[in-house]
Amino acid sequence: MADAFLRLENIKKSFGGVHALKGVDLTINSGEIHCLAGENGCGKSTLIKVISGAHDATEGSIYIDGKKINHLDPIDSIRMGIQVIYQDFAVFPNLSVAENIAMNRALMTGAKRMQWKKARQLALEAMEQIGAHIDPDILVERLSVANKQMVAICRAIINDAKLLILDEPTTALTAKEVEKLNIIIRRLKAKGMAIVIVNHKMNEIYEIADRLTILRNGENVATGLIEEFDKVRFIKCLTGRDIDEVTYRPEKSEQEILKVSHLTKEGVFQDVNFTLHRGDVLGITGLLGSGRGEIGDALFGIAPADKGTILLNGVEIEIKSVMDAVKHKIGYVPEDRLTQGLFLDRSIQDNTVSASIQKYLTKGRLNHSEMYRVTEEWIRKIGCAAPSPKPNIRTLSGGNAQKMVIAKWLNTNPDLLILNGPTVGVDVGSKSDIHKILHNLASKGVGIIIISDDLQELIQNCNKILVMKNGKPSGELNAGDLDEITLTKLLSGK
Amino acid sequence: MKKRLKNNLSTNEMIVVYIIFGLSMLIGIVNPVFFGTATLISLSRSMLVTLIFAICEMIVIISGGIDVSFPAISCISLYATIKFLLFTGLDSPILAFAMAGLIGMAFGALNAFLIVRFKIAPLIATLGVSSVVNGATLAFLGTDEISNIPDNIDQLSKAFIYTYTSPDGITYQLTALILIPIAVCIAAYVILKFTMLGRGIYAIGGDKNAARIAGFNVTKIQFIIYMTSGFFAGIGGITYMILMRQASPQVLMGSEMMVIAAVVVGGTRITGGHGTVIGTILGVSLITLVQNNLIMLGVPTHFQTFVVGMIIVIGTSITSIRAKKIANSAKV
Repeated sequence: MADAFLRLENIKKSFGGVHALKGVDLTINSGEIHCLAGENGCGKSTLIKVISGAHDATEGSIYIDGKKINHLDPIDSIRMGIQVIYQDFAVFPNLSVAENIAMNRALMTGAKRMQWKKARQLALEAMEQIGAHIDPDILVERLSVANKQMVAICRAIINDAKLLILDEPTTALTAKEVEKLNIIIRRLKAKGMAIVIVNHKMNEIYEIADRLTILRNGENVATGLIEEFDKVRFIKCLTGRDIDEVTYRPEKSEQEILKVSHLTKEGVFQDVNFTLHRGDVLGITGLLGSGRGEIGDALFGIAPADKGTILLNGVEIEIKSVMDAVKHKIGYVPEDRLTQGLFLDRSIQDNTVSASIQKYLTKGRLNHSEMYRVTEEWIRKIGCAAPSPKPNIRTLSGGNAQKMVIAKWLNTNPDLLILNGPTVGVDVGSKSDIHKILHNLASKGVGIIIISDDLQELIQNCNKILVMKNGKPSGELNAGDLDEITLTKLLSGK
Repeated sequence: MKKRLKNNLSTNEMIVVYIIFGLSMLIGIVNPVFFGTATLISLSRSMLVTLIFAICEMIVIISGGIDVSFPAISCISLYATIKFLLFTGLDSPILAFAMAGLIGMAFGALNAFLIVRFKIAPLIATLGVSSVVNGATLAFLGTDEISNIPDNIDQLSKAFIYTYTSPDGITYQLTALILIPIAVCIAAYVILKFTMLGRGIYAIGGDKNAARIAGFNVTKIQFIIYMTSGFFAGIGGITYMILMRQASPQVLMGSEMMVIAAVVVGGTRITGGHGTVIGTILGVSLITLVQNNLIMLGVPTHFQTFVVGMIIVIGTSITSIRAKKIANSAKV
């Protein structure tokens, strides 16, 4: 193809003995939006790092603009117009917005001096282009996730990027923000930029992609125009198996598991009421800052509520701290598993027993063999692809790590499990596994609350939905009466 | 506008200014002699070497590292240099500074090598180097105190840029050596604020991985940082020798904690990424003020250590609480 900007041939990459990429071919054309899909651990991240020059390919050839590139350094890659926006955005929290945006350009041009005025001006221009309005002088550590991403995009586009790679750009965004992002992406495409989006949310891919490449286990299994993929083929290629996402509609029950009345935290959320019956899965959604996540924090005692009553299995309980919550057998899967849910440098076993460690303590000694056995059992029960309980949890992919976070809480035999964004950054296969686990728990009488902005996920997996808006809840909505469009309208209040 | 003014009045630097002001008032009220040019001159002299070290330490801390080896490097640089000069009979101030600087830089390179190549935590790497260097000084260079500094070099201790005679006839003279920390401060300010190298140091301290992705040569910058720190350890050592008019192989050992404390009190975050030259100057001023002038309040000497400790604990707590507050505040 004449207008191929980037061509990869038979790219292989191994770390030690592990083959992350086993010969990937990929062609990216200018002026197209190319989605790169694949489950976690399929080699997407490694592939991106090869393109950006962060990793050296063990084997294979890279052609940029038709020229063969022998060795690619990060700075070479940037000079040739390749910009990557990583999942963590790789912004500098301690520097100002303007400096963050202008930094790469200055480095690319080999500038020796820092020009503050020019940086500020560049930043304002870039923000103008994508319609962002952020004070250029404040430090990035004070920005929300969506705005950090805006900073990262601004930084990329002022560098005359020819290829923009976005690594899971929508994971932390609300539906409205995703729409805004798509508008920006299409505008960039119209300018002739090649765009690669790594994503595995299917509906979002269909929304934006021109072409699609699917990776599995370090190989590309399919490439083609988006029209060539229907949902069944897509999922089949992605997972290598057939997944049936069923809509969850439990049997009605009169047994109350959890009843929350008039729960209020001043300035955050007001007068939240809901009841969970046996088998119910409650979804809480809302825009960022609507108080949706804070309800979870309040129920788990991280930031306790000021007012209101909580009845768990008919007994009124008071939650003033995390200790209280744990005592009353409440589990919490936090939004950001990397920083809040896991001890990344500890073994799978240590992570799995970390919330229930007292159980293994007898006469001041830890029963290691029991801990090992239990962890092994959970790995099997929850369908985690881990070889044994011993490796660092860091070595697991996002989906598998998330399963172990859930296992950690299940091991405490919770009466109530609150999950904040349980499938963020989790691949389709694991996602469906996790949903099945949750439904199973609900039917056994464990209260399940899912806090999420993935509306499709909520409609499919919850039977009751609570929509938060500016700290005020809607009433309990029956998920069966809702579809994504009505729910979106409720969210934005239009 | 009002908000900006409020922000400016509550920066870390301003907090140190308030403390210095309050302490000065206290000392001045008890002992009015404190308010005078004489105090300024003696303070400048006392904080001169500390300031050189502190600026370098600040740069290291901003980059996310730490250097506890500079007293040892300083000592070996000054001691090896003076031994060499006495042995050869050479007597040139420029040679003395250049040689001490280069020796220091070599050990700084060793620090950087251990930290960058072997990925040893900076605290451990520099602690190890500190011990090795200090041991080597004592083992190979000897333990004598040397007070016969060569004449030309010794002359520098009598170079003054300002003389003040107090009403009761005592003269106070400001040493020309003060120009060294002044130059270091100005250079550090300009480099940190207006060069890509300087911004790279902040970037590395903010997020090392992001800095690498952005295209900074992280290895090179780290080498520059630790070698600069080593270089000025050497320069600081010679400066100290000239100021005190004698050389001894252990004289600066143990000063690292006070220097790090001064840097952190001045608002530099020990976790890296934040810090200013002005803040460090203020931090050093505060610590020196306490060490030098608390005696005017009638506080016994041994009690000063206690007060310095309190200032460190309180000062760093304020910085830390503020950082936490920012982290928890509403995001925009």
